[in-house]
Amino acid sequence: MIRKIGIPLLLALALIAPWVGFYPVFLMKALCFALFACAFNLLIGYVGLLSFGHAMFFGGAAYATAHMVKVWGVPTEIGILGGAAVGAVMGLIVGSVAIRRQGIYFAMVTLALAQMVFFFALQAKFTGGEDGIQAVPRRPLFGLIDISSDINLYYVVLAIFLAAFLLIYRTIHSPFGQVLKAIRENEARAISLGYKVDQYKLMAFVLSAALSGLAGGTKSIVFQLASLTDVQWQMSGEVVLMTLVGGIGTIFGPVVGAFVIVTMQNYLAQIGEWVLVVQGIIFVVIVLAFRRGIVGEIAAYWARFARPARH
Amino acid sequence: MFELLGVPPQALFGQLLLGLINGAFYAMLSLGLAVIFGMLNVINFTHGAQYMMGAFCAWMLLKFLGLNYWFALILAPIIIGAFGILLERLFLRRLYNLDHLYGLLLTFGLSLIIEGVFRNQFGSTGQPYDNPLPGGQNLGFMFLPYYRAWVVVASLLVCLATWFVIERTRLGAYLRAATENPTLVQAFGINVPRMIMLTYGFGVGLAGLAGVLAAPIYQVSPLMGSNLIIIVFAVVVIGGMGSILGSVITGFALGVVEGLTKVFYPEASSTVIFVIMAIVLLVRPAGLFGQTR
Repeated sequence: MIRKIGIPLLLALALIAPWVGFYPVFLMKALCFALFACAFNLLIGYVGLLSFGHAMFFGGAAYATAHMVKVWGVPTEIGILGGAAVGAVMGLIVGSVAIRRQGIYFAMVTLALAQMVFFFALQAKFTGGEDGIQAVPRRPLFGLIDISSDINLYYVVLAIFLAAFLLIYRTIHSPFGQVLKAIRENEARAISLGYKVDQYKLMAFVLSAALSGLAGGTKSIVFQLASLTDVQWQMSGEVVLMTLVGGIGTIFGPVVGAFVIVTMQNYLAQIGEWVLVVQGIIFVVIVLAFRRGIVGEIAAYWARFARPARH
Repeated sequence: MFELLGVPPQALFGQLLLGLINGAFYAMLSLGLAVIFGMLNVINFTHGAQYMMGAFCAWMLLKFLGLNYWFALILAPIIIGAFGILLERLFLRRLYNLDHLYGLLLTFGLSLIIEGVFRNQFGSTGQPYDNPLPGGQNLGFMFLPYYRAWVVVASLLVCLATWFVIERTRLGAYLRAATENPTLVQAFGINVPRMIMLTYGFGVGLAGLAGVLAAPIYQVSPLMGSNLIIIVFAVVVIGGMGSILGSVITGFALGVVEGLTKVFYPEASSTVIFVIMAIVLLVRPAGLFGQTR
């Protein structure tokens, strides 16, 4: 029932949203982060790997897209895809190092490698140091669609988001996705069944990094800016927070989480540094009391409601 | 003026000393992380924030109570350790039966809160803290400030004392036994939850002590912890958390390597530790002193 009514309703809402009082820039920001969080959730939710350094793919791709579009003058669509490709290559390199450890070490390794990328971005010439790459042009998409207007760009971003979301949905429900879940539940057993666990993990990692790169590249077109904020460890923390708020391992959770956190940041922008404190408090409250996140708690409640206790 | 490997010796030994000092902090912090991880199975992300609090504690003791550095050296670790015990009682205790990752997420949230509060209170610029041991000794090939020598010696002493307590005393034996099998140790009548609590307090106190030692060298700033903790994580991955002496040696060694990089190839000095981490992971995934578990 939810699927038949809910999904068309959500789609309709997404299509009319800019006309009913939502700012297109706000919506685009939320969609970029929703995509980023979905990509992150693919790892934590379905392979059980907590990456604490996903900002390196997001930010690295943001720089790559901004540089390609602004300095090399490549078309916008190539720039965004190029960003995703850079994310994938970084994912391949980082992934092949990081998957050698599990659990808590995996988190520390990804965090440390992301910090290395941050220092690289701080020192490299093409990233513009503290200024970042500013005034990235919004050239017509495919030479046809004028994306200098926010409304048009919103629909482009929505299309990118939906395509990536479908890809993630298909991945999770494919045989490949089932193997990933098997690894999450019992890695030793998956190995003994003959699965090359490391290859599966690496493929999931690369996919997640590429989609994070897609999100980062799109973001640098939307805001016409790629800066150090995108590669900082705080950004890695934010995507963890979004996924945690929405619900780790749920399909819609990261989307909900991203909208909640971006909305919160918009309203709390005037209180400055306190945003950090609020985010910290949300972390603590969720970890202590609502580990399933918003969507996870609703789903659990729904399951109890729809199927009354049988014992 | 003679030269060593194409570098004036003043610069070489100066950076070596700086490296040793950074190494002293890496060693003390990664030691605390390892001790906490051993007992609680939690990676204490708050460690950097607690180090920062140690420095601020010393600064506040001086500013508001007029207590000098040497009092702070004793008082600050106790205050910060007590604060750690409070955190353990209130929050961490509830997570012991869950996936370790929740401990990481919780302590990450706590560090955001602590850092945010300090940034609101004190801004992002650093507060100076007067050097309690001014002056130094000219060794001919380099100038050795007394305070820096004291930091290296003090941290070595603290690390060795920790090693001695854990590896050579009865209390340490209980601790190591409880790390291996808490249920069994509890069955022998030892209060394991209290031991866990005190261990966390001790590890956090070490971070606080490192903060006090750091206060006269670096500016006392709310940001001093978050930048350091990520490097310390890399140090922990390189060393592995299996052995106490291992983390101490790794900490000092990496500090020195970082210092040398500053002399010979300054552009890479901020990334060299992460590169070493990547190489170690490829060659010896469990870390230099770690055992695979």
